[in-house]
Amino acid sequence: MLDASAAPIIDITGMHKWFGPFHVLKNINLTVAARERVVICGPSGSGKSTLIRCINHLEQHQRGTIVVDGTELTGDLKHIEQIRSEVGMVFQHFNLFPHLTVLENCTLAPIWVRKTPRDKAEALARQYLERVQISEQADKFPGQLSGGQQQRVAIARSLCMQPKIMLFDEPTSALDPEMIKEVLDVMIELAESGMTMLVVTHEMGFANRVADHVIFMDGGEIIEQNRPKEFFDNPQNERTKLFLSQILSN
Amino acid sequence: MTRTEPPPRAYPPGQHPDLPPPMGSVGVLGWLRANLFSSISNTALTIFFAFLLVQFIVAAIDWLLLDAVVDADSRVGCRKIGDGACWAVIATRVEQFAYGFYPAAERWRPNLAFVLLFAALVPMLYDRTPYRRRLVLFSLAYPFIGGWLIYGGLGLEVVDTQAYGGFLLTLIVGVTGIFASLPIGILLALGRQSRLLAIRIICVSFIEFLRGVPLIALLFVASTMLNYFLPAGTSFNLLVRVLIMVSLFASAYVAEVVRGGIQAILRGQYEAADALGLSYWKTTLLITLPQALKVSIPGLVNCFISLYKDTTLVIVIGLLDPLGIGRAVLADAKWNGLSTEIYLFCALFFFISCFAMSRYSLWLEKRLSTDHR
Repeated sequence: MLDASAAPIIDITGMHKWFGPFHVLKNINLTVAARERVVICGPSGSGKSTLIRCINHLEQHQRGTIVVDGTELTGDLKHIEQIRSEVGMVFQHFNLFPHLTVLENCTLAPIWVRKTPRDKAEALARQYLERVQISEQADKFPGQLSGGQQQRVAIARSLCMQPKIMLFDEPTSALDPEMIKEVLDVMIELAESGMTMLVVTHEMGFANRVADHVIFMDGGEIIEQNRPKEFFDNPQNERTKLFLSQILSN
Repeated sequence: MTRTEPPPRAYPPGQHPDLPPPMGSVGVLGWLRANLFSSISNTALTIFFAFLLVQFIVAAIDWLLLDAVVDADSRVGCRKIGDGACWAVIATRVEQFAYGFYPAAERWRPNLAFVLLFAALVPMLYDRTPYRRRLVLFSLAYPFIGGWLIYGGLGLEVVDTQAYGGFLLTLIVGVTGIFASLPIGILLALGRQSRLLAIRIICVSFIEFLRGVPLIALLFVASTMLNYFLPAGTSFNLLVRVLIMVSLFASAYVAEVVRGGIQAILRGQYEAADALGLSYWKTTLLITLPQALKVSIPGLVNCFISLYKDTTLVIVIGLLDPLGIGRAVLADAKWNGLSTEIYLFCALFFFISCFAMSRYSLWLEKRLSTDHR
């Protein structure tokens, strides 16, 4: 992409995916350098969520290659688990484990996947819960928290695996307006700390502030990608212009 | 039309305090009024049924307790003393109801096994038991300890399984069935959801076959036909065959209840587990089963209660469970005709066991509830 100097941590070439007969992703080419922040936007059904879900193999691509941190994603289970432990993901509906406390949600994967001793995992979890400003809720269950708090816990849970890359799949779309800011603040802080991030979102203010690149997708294709300033001020493609005029008008 | 002025505000905006609810809408009086005396017809019905209930309770207490006879040597003897229940039939035969024909000198063994059963259950059923991790080892060893105590061998005199009967037999079949069917049922439920076609086919056929056949038929198979399939000359204990059949039968039902619980889990849970790098078995043990079993508790207890009561069916292949003992007692000329007393007594035993299971499951549901609805 634009930073040719940095080594790519994600390298997607000629990638296609179908859901049954439906061609959801068409010839996707995307490279992301370490510490880069990429925001992906586009109308619903444009394939943006599917694209980031292919990166940690929640969806399987059918053609082309995806290389994450030097490991190519094939059907090989070892590679998939390897990549998943390096790639954190935050979901639209949080997907916290309701039968575990906030702290247990955060220590589960470090203990069972990374084999971290319990006391170290708990110390780490408390540190990240502190970072997302929710440490006082550590012993509560997810059902006792608000949506914004749950999403911050979900971010902490991913960070506890100390991933190299964080994927965000519409992290604020299921939240009440007053809770969006507290989640975005955490994401901004994370971006400024140098985390590699791929964010599917409609929050254009966030894109403008922290993104290195903004990607616009429509109909399963990457229509346009550019630095945020050029992307917002001077969109090239007609569909991008239409999308931006619709999303920025309200 | 004239607009009416709103009444003046008693408090400035944003300052309205919480006021107590209207009189008689909360508390005992409020409950009585809402549920029993809410209208004239409801009040009439309440009084009518209260009257019936009192009549019934008074008559029941008379028959069960006040006019009942405990000390007599036959039905005729009972009738000479009082016209209530003749509990003497139970009093004289209570040991048979409890142990069947288990030799009197060895009865301390099932007694000890019974006490140890509770010692084994506590750490499994109550998660705050002190030293739980170590005590659970005892629970896991209990089937062997209990089996050894009751059957004998290794220094104890062997008591043949034909001598077992009464509540002892019910407990052996019921407890074994419950604790064997749970793990088998969980594995069947997981197998039915498996991505591997062969495993799925095996599990589905197994479940559908066992659910499609009455337990009585399986017990007949256990008592007669199994001999045809086994190599000539092998004798396979009838009670063991019954235990296997009852456990498998119950496991098919358990499997379907657990499958319902597994299917209630949202796909996002698996996606989150996948995204964190958890493998299939770790996801199953840490995410799927804890949630699936929790929502399955009512259905599971339903299965277990039904299994426990179905143990009375062993009577058809000649095992003497409490009802079988009861029938034998009724055949005795001295006690002929006292079926009400005998069956009430058996019913009380089953009711206590099943009610205890039911209450435990309610407590457990509350204990595990984390959704705070």
